[in-house]
Amino acid sequence: MLDTLYQYISIQTLAWLIVALPLIGAALNALIAVGTAKREMGSYRSLVSFIGVVMPMLAFAAAAAIFVTMTSFESTDPSFITGPLFQWAVTKGLVIDIGLKMDQLSIVMALMVTGVGSLIHLYSVGYMGHDEGYARYFAELNLFLFFMLTLVLADNLVLMFVGWEGVGLCSYLLIGFWFEDIAKARAGTKAFIVNRIGDAFFLAGMFLIYAVMASANAPVNAGYFNFEMMSRYNAYFVPMAGIISLLLFGGAVGKSAQIPLYVWLPDAMAGPTPVSALIHAATMVTAGVYMVVRLNFIFALSPFALSVVASVGAATALYAATMGLTQTDIKKILAYSTISQLGYMFMAAGVGAFSAAIGHLITHAFFKALLFLCAGSVIHAMAGEQDIRKMGGLRYRMPVTCWTFVIAALAIAGIAPAAGFFSKDAILWQAFERGQYVLWTVGFIAAGMTAFYIFRAVGMVFFGESNVPPERYKKVHESPTSMAMPLIILAFLSLLGGLITVPHVLGGTDRLGTWLSKLIAYETSHAPGEESKATEIVVMVITLLWSIHFMVLGWVIYAQKREWPNAVAQKFGFVYTLVANKYYVDEIYDFLIVRPLNWISTKILWQTIDDTFVDGLAVHGTARTVGVWANIVSMAETGVLQQYLLYFLIGAVVVVGYLAL
Amino acid sequence: MDLIYSHLLSSIIFLPLAGMVIALLIPSRHEKAIRVVSMLVSVAVLVLVAKLWGMFVGTGEFEFSETIPWIPSVQIFYHVGVDGVALLLIALTAFLTPIAILASWNEITKSVKAFHVLILLLETGMLGVFASLDVFLFYVFWEVVLIPMYFLIGIWGSKDRIRAALKFFIFTMAGSVLMLAAILYASSVAGGSFDLVTWYGHKFGLMEQFFLFGAFAIAFAIKVPMVPFHTWLPDAHTEAPTAGSVILAGILLKMGTYGFYRFAMPLFPLAVVKFAPLMLTLAVIGIVYGGLVAMVQPDVKRLVAYSSISHLGFVMLGLFSLDPLAVQGAVLQMVNHGLSTGALFLMVGMLYSRRHTRMIADYGGVARTLPVLTAAFVLITFSSIGLPGLNNFVGEFLVLLGSFQTRTAYAAVSISGVVISAIYMLWMVQRVFFGEATKEENIKLPDLRVREYWVLAPIIIFIFVIGVWPKPWITMIEKSTDAFLTLSKRVEMIVPAPVPVTLNEVKIPQGGE
Repeated sequence: MLDTLYQYISIQTLAWLIVALPLIGAALNALIAVGTAKREMGSYRSLVSFIGVVMPMLAFAAAAAIFVTMTSFESTDPSFITGPLFQWAVTKGLVIDIGLKMDQLSIVMALMVTGVGSLIHLYSVGYMGHDEGYARYFAELNLFLFFMLTLVLADNLVLMFVGWEGVGLCSYLLIGFWFEDIAKARAGTKAFIVNRIGDAFFLAGMFLIYAVMASANAPVNAGYFNFEMMSRYNAYFVPMAGIISLLLFGGAVGKSAQIPLYVWLPDAMAGPTPVSALIHAATMVTAGVYMVVRLNFIFALSPFALSVVASVGAATALYAATMGLTQTDIKKILAYSTISQLGYMFMAAGVGAFSAAIGHLITHAFFKALLFLCAGSVIHAMAGEQDIRKMGGLRYRMPVTCWTFVIAALAIAGIAPAAGFFSKDAILWQAFERGQYVLWTVGFIAAGMTAFYIFRAVGMVFFGESNVPPERYKKVHESPTSMAMPLIILAFLSLLGGLITVPHVLGGTDRLGTWLSKLIAYETSHAPGEESKATEIVVMVITLLWSIHFMVLGWVIYAQKREWPNAVAQKFGFVYTLVANKYYVDEIYDFLIVRPLNWISTKILWQTIDDTFVDGLAVHGTARTVGVWANIVSMAETGVLQQYLLYFLIGAVVVVGYLAL
Repeated sequence: MDLIYSHLLSSIIFLPLAGMVIALLIPSRHEKAIRVVSMLVSVAVLVLVAKLWGMFVGTGEFEFSETIPWIPSVQIFYHVGVDGVALLLIALTAFLTPIAILASWNEITKSVKAFHVLILLLETGMLGVFASLDVFLFYVFWEVVLIPMYFLIGIWGSKDRIRAALKFFIFTMAGSVLMLAAILYASSVAGGSFDLVTWYGHKFGLMEQFFLFGAFAIAFAIKVPMVPFHTWLPDAHTEAPTAGSVILAGILLKMGTYGFYRFAMPLFPLAVVKFAPLMLTLAVIGIVYGGLVAMVQPDVKRLVAYSSISHLGFVMLGLFSLDPLAVQGAVLQMVNHGLSTGALFLMVGMLYSRRHTRMIADYGGVARTLPVLTAAFVLITFSSIGLPGLNNFVGEFLVLLGSFQTRTAYAAVSISGVVISAIYMLWMVQRVFFGEATKEENIKLPDLRVREYWVLAPIIIFIFVIGVWPKPWITMIEKSTDAFLTLSKRVEMIVPAPVPVTLNEVKIPQGGE
């Protein structure tokens, strides 16, 4: 079948189509949005849905076709580049091509982005069906896919950065989608600015890469920022690898919401729920992890940088999990959970287990998107209610949502055989195996918390007694098919997605690890020895039991014994308040950075330096001085002719005297 | 037509002046006719510039050169010609002038004739500044620009216009006087000639360079403006009518940076070495300081004005880091700033014509009533912030990339400008457009009109064109910036490295080493 396809279209063109289709969709829907601004959408609505949903699906089909082709060449190296579509910039010192790179890593990411993306677009048709900004919504969501795919498929760092900032733009637009709520608009602004802080570091990292490539005398024409060239000149990065890696990681910290720049992500939940699912769970926030893995050949050169990556990741995993324990807004729970899971991915990358990071990235995309979409389904049914304390017992009213949510919860809690079990276990085991016991312990504790907080949500939303007022409870309904379908598909993926990373010790082949192995510079891919095999099984079982224990605990407490947690909260009053208020980090940032910056800019820079000194004293002061002197001099202008004659004489004497001397 | 083609550059420079004469001949009650004539003339200039662009080769030398004795007794010539950079700025001038006229179509109702006469005079002045290769001619055009701008602010400005116009005039004049003194002195040193190319060949002495550079640099730094000579700019912008702000930000400020590019730096390379740390420091201060002060302005126009100081800091950083990429970025940044900030002023003008206020606090929630205007504003905001794929990113990226290689510390601090610009622009957008429209006046406003679409569309097109495919633009200026770098970096030619010479054997260096 593919042969017929390739008769009409080259595989390179197909690769370009993956990127182009969402862009076309975005452009068409943007035209409709502008054309119907301030008017009723009317019959355009179905056209918008058609364009908006079909474009990502076609992109997915293209990605799938390429993937299938690539698998058939797996024994050799199936990666290829499209070659430049055009040259972005060319001078004697800089060449940047616009080209795509299809390799084992980027195609997996593209499949995930277009696949999950298509499902979420489909879901949005139902979820956003009555919104008046319908066309704008789909235009922005399509545009997001375009930028995300650019980020993933770019064959050089500059093009990747185009996508990197582009997804930030779409994130900004979609978080503030309902801009009439100033809090939502503010959340969008905050997201973009915090991301920009990370991007500034990213830029600095790029500039250093240029310096390295220039000093290595790499051929300019091939492009200094080309991934292929960078990895070829890998050795020259040795002296600068640490600082470059840390700067680039600074970008990742912003985009992937790690400590200390994670503060934008919880606020980003202001966007429509499908947006949270797509951008702030499955795809954009994982871009940082992807970037680290993509550039693993640089990161791997600096053990110090890697240890920073791992430590930040592990710390974030634990820290965000504690905040997940106390949240009462269903989307906020999921947001902190996302931050925590991203921490796991960085921990994996930091210990050098790059393919394990990608494995968790993929499974996380499935189950976290599912969790968000289920949450959206609940919010939709509850007419906008997000507080889990006002829910409960919803499983009777919305069984599909409930059971798909439970599957996703099992996956994120790491309960075998759901997807998250394998991918999380791979991370923890790799940390353990490489002797990173501290990291392992942190990850282990966070795993327990994860199981607890997610089943707390399950218990409070779907089980136990209902806290929904009876008349409203009756109105709660299961979501329409267009929303339920993606839930079911994602539930399957959350359940079975782990099969791509079944480890050797369980008789699997670690399919993904093998697939990616060519791209990972220094990962020790190994068949485990006999003794470590036993250890691996033991660690795995302990982790599993630990997670199951907390899962049951969370579920029992919050479905059956809801009075317990209040007692606990009272007992640990101070700690509980601290955690429930998110450690007051937003307030601390506000107090330490935002306010002082504002104050200094207003009081010192603007009003004191600019207005008083530069403009007041220097400029107007000079003007006044000139004025005063003018007055003094003008006193001499009496209009009396004799006096002028006297001045002339004095002058003449002075001049003559000067010349004579 | 042949005459026009053989003197294409001069035709371009003086066509607006001819248009001005025609406009003068039309009785002032025929306002429509005056508008149409000025519009047609400025479009004709644009067409001729397009023609010039098409014929431009890009050798790095000055093309379309024309030399006519003007005041032969003191060796002053009418000598014009363009390199890639000058052409780019001439194109920018020819591009923004019709837009400014169109934007004033309904806004300017007082003394319509005088307004258009001045705009056309201004255009001739600006085109002349960028095309002059005779330093005295340059000075004349420089002064020609000053007067119409003074009146534009002083007559058609808002409340505090007289003070702002006077401030603008005195500031610029102070610089001009210094520059005139420097020009006369330099000419006497360089054998009485005012020809720029002759000056390029002349080796000014060390102290001469310091003083001449100082005088030129102050004149240009006022125009750019660089901190601490910047305080005229916020006042001038705030009080100027929309067309004035667009031309002021879009083109007049570039006269300052162009002055550095064409005169101050390539003429006095030793002084460049000496003063580079100072100039770079001022540039970086401008980036950070301008951005931070912009952040807290309550007035949209003042905000955009301070943002200009920040953006032009990038241009100065690029020029003085003397790296090829950074200089190319700086030149592109001149054009990009002209487009983005020009567009921002246009849009602020559109908001003003609807609400008659510039205060951010008076707005809020207008996105609902003005969806298309908001969309355009957000797009231009992101262009100004430097989103990749839009025009400003290209300039900023090249400037930072290049300066990072030669002037790492300055560049590292300047990267913070990327964050600060996002803060002040997005915060402003949030307060003006988003949230609920609580004020009665903000609820019923008409969205973009057809004329306003025509005002914005050309700029938006170029915002995308330059951002998506900057290559042709870079290629066009590359040779010129190379020539600039060769001149500005010829330190070793004047102070040759000491060659050890022994008395016994005098070695004659052989080629091929």
